[in-house]
Amino acid sequence: MATETPTPLLATPSHGTTTPPPERRKQSFGAWFRDKGWRHLVAVITTAFAIFPLLYVLSAALNSTGTMAGSNVLFSRIDFGNFEELFSNPNRPFGKWFMNTLVIGVVTSAATVFLGALAAYAFSRMRFKGRRVSLLSLLVLQMFPQLLAVVAIFLLLNFITDVVPWLGLGSQLGLIMVYLGGALGVNTYLMYGFFNTIPASLDEAARIDGASHVQVFFTIILPLVTPILAVVGLLAFIGLSSEFVIASVVLNDPDSQTLAVGLYSYVGQQRSENWGVFAAGAVLAALPVMALFLYLQKYIVNGLAAGSVKG
Amino acid sequence: MPTTTASPAESTKRSRTLRPSDSVAGLLAKIILLGLVDAFAVYVLIVLFLQEKWIVLVLAAAVTLLINWIYLRRGGLPAKYLAPGIFFLLLFQVFVMIFSGYVAFTNYGDGHNSTKEDAILSIQLAAQQRVPDSPAYRVTIVEQGGELHFLTTDPDGDISIGSTEEPLEEVSNAVTDGTGKATELEDYRTLQFDEILANQSEILALTVPFSEDPDDGTLRTSDGSTAYVFSPTLVYDDASDTFTDTETGTVYSDSGEGTFVSADGQQLNTGWKIDVGFANFVKAFSNEDIRGPLLQVTLWTFTFALISVLSTFALGLFLANAFNHPNLRGKKIYRILMILPYAFPAFLAGLVWSGLLNPEFGYVNNTFFGGANIPWLTDPLLAKFSVLLVNLWLGFPYMFLVCTGALQSLPEDVNEAARLDGASPWKLFTSIKLPLLLVSVAPLLIASFAFNFNNFNVIYMLTDGGPRLSDTTVNVGATDILITMVYEVAFGSGVGRDYGLASALSIIIFFIVAVISVISFRQTKSLEEIN
Repeated sequence: MATETPTPLLATPSHGTTTPPPERRKQSFGAWFRDKGWRHLVAVITTAFAIFPLLYVLSAALNSTGTMAGSNVLFSRIDFGNFEELFSNPNRPFGKWFMNTLVIGVVTSAATVFLGALAAYAFSRMRFKGRRVSLLSLLVLQMFPQLLAVVAIFLLLNFITDVVPWLGLGSQLGLIMVYLGGALGVNTYLMYGFFNTIPASLDEAARIDGASHVQVFFTIILPLVTPILAVVGLLAFIGLSSEFVIASVVLNDPDSQTLAVGLYSYVGQQRSENWGVFAAGAVLAALPVMALFLYLQKYIVNGLAAGSVKG
Repeated sequence: MPTTTASPAESTKRSRTLRPSDSVAGLLAKIILLGLVDAFAVYVLIVLFLQEKWIVLVLAAAVTLLINWIYLRRGGLPAKYLAPGIFFLLLFQVFVMIFSGYVAFTNYGDGHNSTKEDAILSIQLAAQQRVPDSPAYRVTIVEQGGELHFLTTDPDGDISIGSTEEPLEEVSNAVTDGTGKATELEDYRTLQFDEILANQSEILALTVPFSEDPDDGTLRTSDGSTAYVFSPTLVYDDASDTFTDTETGTVYSDSGEGTFVSADGQQLNTGWKIDVGFANFVKAFSNEDIRGPLLQVTLWTFTFALISVLSTFALGLFLANAFNHPNLRGKKIYRILMILPYAFPAFLAGLVWSGLLNPEFGYVNNTFFGGANIPWLTDPLLAKFSVLLVNLWLGFPYMFLVCTGALQSLPEDVNEAARLDGASPWKLFTSIKLPLLLVSVAPLLIASFAFNFNNFNVIYMLTDGGPRLSDTTVNVGATDILITMVYEVAFGSGVGRDYGLASALSIIIFFIVAVISVISFRQTKSLEEIN
């Protein structure tokens, strides 16, 4: 979603070739263009490519004529009819989907962070038999995304349904458990690296003062690694909010579904008819994730750069 | 979940003088958490015992003991920290991978869901027909705990209760009306007329057996007030392991492939799960109907992943270069706007683009191409192009960020030296910057390839794998990649679910991913970093 207000200003000249820079100095146009002008041209074209789908969906969301054909002139009318309809359809409970996504995402990412931090603490601070092998196994295992085993996950949950119905198919708790299968892996690895940067002399001092290993973990280490915990948690949340495959297999009741599964069903059958309402749902679903993402941008970019330079 | 002893912050000061493992709050938390885990475990064990699932029972008991041992013994500290995460990892990542391997060697799927005993029972119950001239039983529909029951009054006036799950059982304490028909029973709630209407389909599906042996027949109703005797038209004979049709006399015997088949090849609908060895793999590679599509899907998966990586990398690198200029106005705004697609949830991107590219009503056709009906998503070649275009839209910001970071970390003195030697900007880029860049970016390119190899969301949300291939009966389309094909085979609508074949296909993906990871590990040498 175009959260930035200056967007339209930059998008409108997308077809134009001239990009009037405010500071046209005395140098010739040709020299300016060779140095900077083409860069602005590239920037404007790319920016237009990047944001026009987002502007389009925002415009469709604000246009309550509702069909796809009716939303082809951007921002031709602005009202909130689609949003009202979005929240008033009992067969497609958008509000519930939103909450489900939020709850599943928050619980899973919190648990992921916690489990990952426990493991990273052990790997970083303790030396034990099988440590190297365990770390390597984690590194290998995280190459195989869980969705590859979606059939087996479905059958396993089908079995669990017979034993503990509230953890089986159709249960959000069951889905969270499945997601926790991926809690270690990359996360532990990221955290392990960060934990290693905290000097071990800090824990030793605390241990000499009589703190137990648990106290060291909760009161010394965790506060110092909060940034990486936040980043891992938020990244996990962003990833989960887009997860479709496993959620669609596990959650079959519309009331318990997540946004990804629900919104797909919105346009799955007749894409063009519910278009406006779907667009409104898409805007609301995307906003929090995009806001989080932009907020985290700095960390993500740093993480990427760190990863890329290490090689 | 079992966690380690969690002592709240405030207890830290108080217990500082105590020995580490003696923190009272910590001990308490440990006991409570472990107690909860054990309570849950015992509950699961009891259920497993009642359901006579012995193998799982033994495994679950062993895991419970192991968890208790880990947390109750002194020492073994690392295990206490690792156990919770590893428990989930083993169950939902490692076990399911192994289980996929097992399912790939079975015929698990629609019509082959369960054991042979269950299949026999279900055939017997399904093949019921009303016994001609059988007496009418008067019934009242009653409910207990959400389950519907028949309260029947047989022609002799005897009253029984039963449901699909529980065979009829005689009762003596029912309330009867003037005609002797039972209308109420203690602990059961009689359904009113409007409720009978509301639950019509459930009531019609009620099949109440007379006894544990389905050959004795069942009661069914078509109006909620009278039931008739139904008896199986297919009778199972234990000794010969065959079904015989009581009307035609046809004999159906175990085919060895998880079904009952008659001499002339007629097959009974319900089968059971058996191990089929490599049959699924053989089917995938030799069955004309699957081999062709599978080959085309595999090729397309590689093409899609490769072009996605190359196109996003090329555009990202180009942009990173263009913006790697010390004083370019508006750089920050351009940057934020360009990152937006990366921040947009991928599944929504597919759906939004599917609207944009809609041939009839879509924005692209109507606004950019003046109403032309360009079949962006329904022509095989154009659909492939569209998928790649959307994936470029989603992926180029990531590569832009990566390349910007890598470019900025390149040593400036090398550039300087080359420029002094008179290298042209292009030469400088291709011979110096690019090789240096590739060294640091290569692992990310491989990771990106691996990701796109299984990029389910873009394909599924944009084209749903379509347009469908015309030369096959399998529900596979021109833009399907392996993982969407697995999903379609296992959970797709239309043709029956085939978990066995789907798992066999997943195993193929596993192998390909394994090869990619081996290459990537060689590249990154990350194995050596672990000390």
